[in-house]
Amino acid sequence: MEQTASEAIARPGAALRKERILLKRMRHDYQLYLLLLLPIVWLVIFQYVPMAGVQLAFKNFRIMEGIWGSPWIGFDHFERFFNSPQFTRVVGNTILISLYELIAGFPLPIMLALALNATLRTKFKTAVQFVTYMPFFISTVVMVGMILQFLNPRIGIVNMAIGLFGGEPVNFMGDPSWFKSVYVWSGIWQTTGWGTIIYLAALSGISPEIHEAATIDGASRLQRVWHIDLPGIAPTIVTLLILNAGSIMGIGFEKIYLMQNPLNIASSEVISTYVYSVSLASSAPNYAYATAIGLFNSVVNMILILLVNQIAKKVGETSLW
Amino acid sequence: MKTNRTALTNADKIFYSVNDLILLFALCIVLYPLIYMFSASVSDRLAVVSGKVFLWPVDFSLEGYAAIFKDPRILPAYANTVYYTVIGTVINVALTIMAAYPLSRKTMVGRNVLMYLFAFTMIFHGGLIPNYLLMKDLGLIDSRWALILPGAIAVWNMIIARTFFQTTISQELFEAASMDGCSHFRFLWSIVLPLSKAIIAVLVLFYGISHWNAYFNAFIYLKSKSLFPLQIVLRDILIQNEIDPSTITDPESMTKKQGLADLLKYSVIIVASLPVWLVYPFVQKHFVKGVMIGSIKG
Repeated sequence: MEQTASEAIARPGAALRKERILLKRMRHDYQLYLLLLLPIVWLVIFQYVPMAGVQLAFKNFRIMEGIWGSPWIGFDHFERFFNSPQFTRVVGNTILISLYELIAGFPLPIMLALALNATLRTKFKTAVQFVTYMPFFISTVVMVGMILQFLNPRIGIVNMAIGLFGGEPVNFMGDPSWFKSVYVWSGIWQTTGWGTIIYLAALSGISPEIHEAATIDGASRLQRVWHIDLPGIAPTIVTLLILNAGSIMGIGFEKIYLMQNPLNIASSEVISTYVYSVSLASSAPNYAYATAIGLFNSVVNMILILLVNQIAKKVGETSLW
Repeated sequence: MKTNRTALTNADKIFYSVNDLILLFALCIVLYPLIYMFSASVSDRLAVVSGKVFLWPVDFSLEGYAAIFKDPRILPAYANTVYYTVIGTVINVALTIMAAYPLSRKTMVGRNVLMYLFAFTMIFHGGLIPNYLLMKDLGLIDSRWALILPGAIAVWNMIIARTFFQTTISQELFEAASMDGCSHFRFLWSIVLPLSKAIIAVLVLFYGISHWNAYFNAFIYLKSKSLFPLQIVLRDILIQNEIDPSTITDPESMTKKQGLADLLKYSVIIVASLPVWLVYPFVQKHFVKGVMIGSIKG
């Protein structure tokens, strides 16, 4: 557009012609814009209006005056959050759970995909894929329901097994020190199989000729996994690592909230559940304060994604954009 | 490349055995809880609470399932979830295609700006409170639309569909059709959609299952019990431990009552997950395809 403007001064005729062509193309494609009308209305109302609503974080919210009419107060809400005793606990739990999830969970789909790709038994491979994808389709509510049933101190199968080996039943859900492990490992159970799909797609893209050549040179299958398969999917691994590292502060609400109880709250309160607890769940809801905490979270998240993407660009050729 | 089993070196034989053992281990870990839940749901309640069920059903009984029908919350919630899933998915798929198709046309003016506006919402959004206040201003709190409108387009799915259109529907095809006087609408309706059954199937599946399993919006926006989807009722039963006393007809000991309550939980888990698991074998390959299309950088 800028170019068109500067050209307009130099050669008004050419710029005008360009503009006319652009307009002609737009008129020719008017039906495409009509199609986009509803999606754009949706995008503005349900995505961009809430973004504008984020200004609430800097305001003293008065319900009668609404978001736009309430007076500005600057960074008060942020200061209050940073100085509150909750800050270290809530931010700490958010980061710890995400890092635990990343470190324990990230390598497993890669290993499973390599193993699936290497087996000679194709029917067995299909069966393992079929079964390991299944938990992904269990809803969060049912998943947490399952966790509670399995870990129940009285009738849970896990504690019955512990009892069988002569151990004392463990109250997993009532003990803060167990919360993070239960959260992370149940997530790993649910998503590892599904996580292999993308790596298997990448593995199927490796040319069989490389494997053949290596076999002729006397490479064992293990060596081929190590020197052909793994490097072959390295770009995919880096891309997914960027995505995951970028969401370290973005831990979701549902599963954590459903697993929370007063006994494990010290270990289970994260930013998203804290935002809910000071606003919608509170008897004296503080909307502006909650918005400020949410905004702090989003901004840190965004910076993380951009930063990690930048690092990936420098280190390798892989980046998200 | 065919590998002849008998011609394997010793090192490779060990590798393949260990590899298959790893896979077998993964299979068992995932499968065991699923089998256990099913077995527990069709076992006698006393067998379940006393730990006699380890793998297969013990003293077959459908008591848990019978209790589901006695609970006045479950069937209406089931019907609500079917409603949200059907209506929601139709709207999702229609809007997603209406956004994805134009954005897939490289000749469209302003396409990159619009694409950026959509993609930006994947890394930044308003957050809980601005969204809640918006829904309040729109008068959508405690309405069925609250479960359908906010997520009407999943930008990720839109990008998958756009990538699909871009790679399968060539610009030449449209130019040829428009020579013959075909408009964009007509082209989309009579040529693009019939050629895009695969991606439509993928969208229906992704959106359908997410509606079936959705919990958050109902939890935040709904107040009336008559509108509750299944997942909210499941939460009351499974997590809040709120069992409807009328479902437990047995006036005998407390242990027996608790036994039935526990049995009901296993049954309700199975009943809630069953529709998804029933369609799953038929749709698995479509999901895989969807993820693969999505993984192409576009």
